[in-house]
Amino acid sequence: MAVTKVVMPKLSEQMEMGKIIKWLKQEGDRIQSGDILAEVETDKADVEMEAFGSGVLRKILVPAGSQAPVGTLIGVIAEPSEDISQLGGPDMAPQTPQAAQPAKPSEPTQPAKPSAPATAGAGATEMANRPAAVPPMPRREDHAARTPSPAAGPEAPPASTRTAPGTPARPSAPAAPMPAAASLEGGRVKASPLARKIAAQSGVDLKLLQGSGPGGRVVRRDVEAASAGGGGGARPAVMPAVAPGVEFEDRPLTPMRAAIAKRMPLSKAPVPHFYVTSEIAMDRAWSLREELNALEGQPKISVNDFVIRACAVALLHHSGVNASFQGESIRVFHRAHVGIAVALDDGLITPVLRDAHAKGLAQIAVEARDLAERARHRKLRAPEMSGATFSISNLGMLDVTEFSAIINPPEGAILAVGSVRTVPVVTEDGLGVGRRMMLTLSCDHRVMDGAMGARFLQDVKRLLEEPLRLLV
Amino acid sequence: MAVMTYREALNLALREEMKRDDRVFVIGEEVGLYEGAYKVTQGLLKEFGPRRIVDTPIAESGFTGVGIGAAMTGLRPVVEMMTFNFALLALDQIVNSAAKMNYMSGGQFNVPIVIRGPGGPAHQLAAQHSQSMEVYFYHVPGLKVVRPSTPMDAKGLLKSAIRDDNPVIFIESETLYNIKGEVPEDPDFVIPLGQAAVRREGADVTVVAYMGMMYRAMEAAEELEKDGISVEIVDPRTLMPMDTETILASVRKTHRVVVVEAGAGFAGMGSEIAAEIQEAAFDDLDAPVERVTGVPAPMPYARNLEKAKTPSKERIVEAIRRVCYQDGNGSH
Repeated sequence: MAVTKVVMPKLSEQMEMGKIIKWLKQEGDRIQSGDILAEVETDKADVEMEAFGSGVLRKILVPAGSQAPVGTLIGVIAEPSEDISQLGGPDMAPQTPQAAQPAKPSEPTQPAKPSAPATAGAGATEMANRPAAVPPMPRREDHAARTPSPAAGPEAPPASTRTAPGTPARPSAPAAPMPAAASLEGGRVKASPLARKIAAQSGVDLKLLQGSGPGGRVVRRDVEAASAGGGGGARPAVMPAVAPGVEFEDRPLTPMRAAIAKRMPLSKAPVPHFYVTSEIAMDRAWSLREELNALEGQPKISVNDFVIRACAVALLHHSGVNASFQGESIRVFHRAHVGIAVALDDGLITPVLRDAHAKGLAQIAVEARDLAERARHRKLRAPEMSGATFSISNLGMLDVTEFSAIINPPEGAILAVGSVRTVPVVTEDGLGVGRRMMLTLSCDHRVMDGAMGARFLQDVKRLLEEPLRLLV
Repeated sequence: MAVMTYREALNLALREEMKRDDRVFVIGEEVGLYEGAYKVTQGLLKEFGPRRIVDTPIAESGFTGVGIGAAMTGLRPVVEMMTFNFALLALDQIVNSAAKMNYMSGGQFNVPIVIRGPGGPAHQLAAQHSQSMEVYFYHVPGLKVVRPSTPMDAKGLLKSAIRDDNPVIFIESETLYNIKGEVPEDPDFVIPLGQAAVRREGADVTVVAYMGMMYRAMEAAEELEKDGISVEIVDPRTLMPMDTETILASVRKTHRVVVVEAGAGFAGMGSEIAAEIQEAAFDDLDAPVERVTGVPAPMPYARNLEKAKTPSKERIVEAIRRVCYQDGNGSH
């Protein structure tokens, strides 16, 4: 049994310090993985901290009533025979430099240091927030770029304000064409409420439009033009060019495993999961898929592509599920970037299919396959591995009836997809044969409640059981 | 239907209601022998006699108070203000007695009074006689406020006001007394308070306006029609209670709104309508709600300055073009 370091968990994106309210276990107590060790106070909530290793609580390094930065070693769980003398005090040295700034992708993650899972310093916790084989992505900055903080100030008033009579209100700027980014102010698209509503309904990405209103405001006619002309307006988001060498395939495999091992408990313990399961009748989707795949010149569409499309459509109507816990607020996303878990020989990676809500089945099929292929060959680019707002994990190809997935923070939910099984079903005429698939949604209870998850799943079920809805 | 002037329609409404209900009487300055400063009560003294057409001294607070007292004891007075600007002298009676009596007496007394007369800008009546007085009254809980724009509305709404058991402020306009329109002669014809009218159907923008501004908006709509902008005009007719539903239904159709009012814009009718629209129909708006209002200054006597203070057809046209993004100031 290895040594398990107990570190101050990061309970929200903003959390930097946590305070131990009380230890529920004392030094010398025997601990089973999953036991509640302590209660931790964050800026908003009191959270129970779970043990993610078994042994004896050998050492408490931060007493009740004291604060410690996120990632600080606050206790040690180990068998009585284990030597823990090499673990230093609360402020362990390796925490700072490498952890604070993303390691260069070309560098292996400290393979030489004695920082394998069992003995990694507190700094490894920071690294463990992301798979080590993945170039550390500035997740928070990524989100911040998309939505300005409230401190960024309100939008400037529209250029055409009312003026005195006889002085026609005319902005002084000439009526020159604006660049596409003209409507982006501090990351926020300037658009009329109606334009936003229509864009959401038709899957048009406002950020890609050039607004024709004052100051580049996107108005109804712009959205309608994009929706009519641009093939449903579903132009994919333009991927920023990636500098050569930012790919990650040179990374050693062991740290990836280590990172997953670290990261998952850091999701499971602080994120209060709950699960909602539903059985889907896949008969119609199955035959529709066969029909589609019989069409010449069309990409082959998988069951998972149906699930992605159904989730993306449903997420737009259930923005509460397309959301992230932010400590003091809940960030609700208006676009569905769907992470697709891809199994690798030695681990797992979740490339992101961006703006899935704005893409049809064929496009999803092509992009999902491309992402999975490149994930397996370690050819994903860095931006393709971050920014998911929701994830899907499918073990259907491995004959799995159902399972539950662990949420990938800061996302609020993940859908676990089982196999499509041929099973006896009760029909109006008696007993028949049907195709059934189990879906289990794991939800972050800080973001949503059971009924929200259930309603979302109900919509996904409806979309899959009436699959023509996915085509319109 | 008969074609008659706005003034004749009011006169007909008074006559019909006085015949229908002998509790109805008219009181005010020069309503009897002189037959009304604007001849709205023409012929009524002869027909109904001095007991029901009562001339008063120049004492608005006094005769308004007499009216309120009469209403409390069961009569249904119609108090004429020679112009509504003079109602300022009776403001305490209207606001503190008429509006609040039902509430403060625990429902023991209601005040079925109509206070009517012309208001708003006219033709060179200058600062003290050109005010849009409705804003003083619709803010007071307990008062209903009517602004009828057409002869038919003048008749139908005045009859409803007289039959209403609450105090009703009924503000006409010097500029409209001579306009002609079709008016039903049926003595049972009434227009319920709190119902807006769609004066003109359109698809691209909703203009909310009443009285003279409604007619000016009509001219703007006709001009814009040549450019392919289809304007819908909604006339609230009753400002309190406001028929928000009709306005919202129009906004949900056109997605753009311009509110026109003769008075100053600050905390005016346009502010209220804009607030109601953004609360109830935010996602339907494709442009900010625009207000075209009077300049916040006393009304000048000089004709050219009077014109400059009041919303013009040109300003209405400009505002409509702006909310339709057809003013050439977008980034097209």
